[in-house]
Amino acid sequence: MAVTWVRKDLLGLEELSAEEIGLILETADSFKEISQRPIKKVPTLRGKTVVLFFFEPSTRTRTSFELAAKRMSADLVNIQTSASSLTKGETLKDTAKNIEAMKVDIIVMRHSSAGAPHLLAKAVSPSIINAGDDSHEHPTQGLLDLFTIKEHKKKIAGLNVSIIGDIAHSRVARSNIWGLTKLGAKVTICGPATLIPPDIERLGVKVTYDVKEAIEGADVINLLRIQLERQGQNLFPSLREYAIKFGLDSEKMKFAKKDVLIMHPGPINRGVEITPEVADGPYSVILEQVTNGIAVRMAVLYLVSGVRERKH
Amino acid sequence: MVFRDKAKIMDVEQIDKTLTRIAHEIIEKNKDVENIALVGIRTRGAFLSERLAGKINDIKKKEVRVGILDITLYRDDLTTISEQPVVHKTEIDFDIQDKIIILVDDVLYSGRTIRCALDALIDFGRPQNIQLAVLIDRGHRELPIRADYVGKNIPTSLKEVVQVKIKEVDGIDEVMIQEKEN
Repeated sequence: MAVTWVRKDLLGLEELSAEEIGLILETADSFKEISQRPIKKVPTLRGKTVVLFFFEPSTRTRTSFELAAKRMSADLVNIQTSASSLTKGETLKDTAKNIEAMKVDIIVMRHSSAGAPHLLAKAVSPSIINAGDDSHEHPTQGLLDLFTIKEHKKKIAGLNVSIIGDIAHSRVARSNIWGLTKLGAKVTICGPATLIPPDIERLGVKVTYDVKEAIEGADVINLLRIQLERQGQNLFPSLREYAIKFGLDSEKMKFAKKDVLIMHPGPINRGVEITPEVADGPYSVILEQVTNGIAVRMAVLYLVSGVRERKH
Repeated sequence: MVFRDKAKIMDVEQIDKTLTRIAHEIIEKNKDVENIALVGIRTRGAFLSERLAGKINDIKKKEVRVGILDITLYRDDLTTISEQPVVHKTEIDFDIQDKIIILVDDVLYSGRTIRCALDALIDFGRPQNIQLAVLIDRGHRELPIRADYVGKNIPTSLKEVVQVKIKEVDGIDEVMIQEKEN
């Protein structure tokens, strides 16, 4: 492998080259086996401190990062925003400076403002890993989706991948689009017009409002969650109408290829974007995505920790 | 850094004969062949362990289990080397509990790789015992580690490098001594 990892931070897939993404995926492949051992631990990050700094609720991503760090023997601190001094008026940067002053090595953060991790990456010396910044990027989710696709299809280049659902508010969609197009997949976006951002074609994707067209010929269908908390904005008439028009059910699955992969970043709204028969059906790899998330996050922690050391 | 070939220590035939001898020594020392498993250290040790297993199978007509160990995650110099090394897969798909594990590597030098390998192995369980087989022992140990089976002892200076080339990786079977050029 010619490429070496030189980045202190992982902020998004937009700035990564295809080779860097490939390196993360190959490294993750080597880490996957560790979670299948009776003793799920290696000493690689012994003595390193990882801070999980989540400003938004998260179960999957936070637990996955926590397990990834612990399986590599790092020490871990969780900061809950409701209990942090940000509620006392401290700025984000000051809080981060204080965490830095405690000599931590890696900060994994999720924030409701796009670009917040980028701001901190410049302001403080620990590595910053973006675990989701508003509707912008969620790089480790994009990477674990790529990993899961590659594991099943043995390649990414040339595959037809359809992303169906709320594209406008989805950081998962953006990270997937960057990653997939860089690795040579053909990406189709589908959803109600109100949930498709204008100009999204500029990212090199095809847009269709016809769900049948998105399903036919797709090697992979990635369904995105309808964010129920946004229902007040009247982006579409009702959840029921969404489910009928865009929700993936056994009826619409008849248009799908025989070896299609059904993916979803979770949490799933059963009966909205996906019916239980499809979510639990033979084409679904939704829980494999969760398993692979740990290997991908271990790989990212390993790669950025090496860079940090060299700068000192 | 440039290295200059200094001497050829072993050729195809010598490597093969040496591996045959080690296979016999392993069988002689361990009566219970069924309980043996070979674990090769990436990269070249992994291929050598497969060849050794083939030889033991030929002699005893019993399949010997083979695993591959990648020691990168256990290295003690991750913080000081200039490039983050690429991590490869560890593939041990059998239970090592109570087995006789024969670790296989190409060159025994400082002993630090073997220290990593011992730590890595013990994270998989508790073998009955662990033995070490190497093709070349070049001396200069930095840890109290020794091999149970040695293909060839080669006294070297610290300016020299022992390069084991094997067909699966390098396209040729040979052992060379090289010297750093200043």
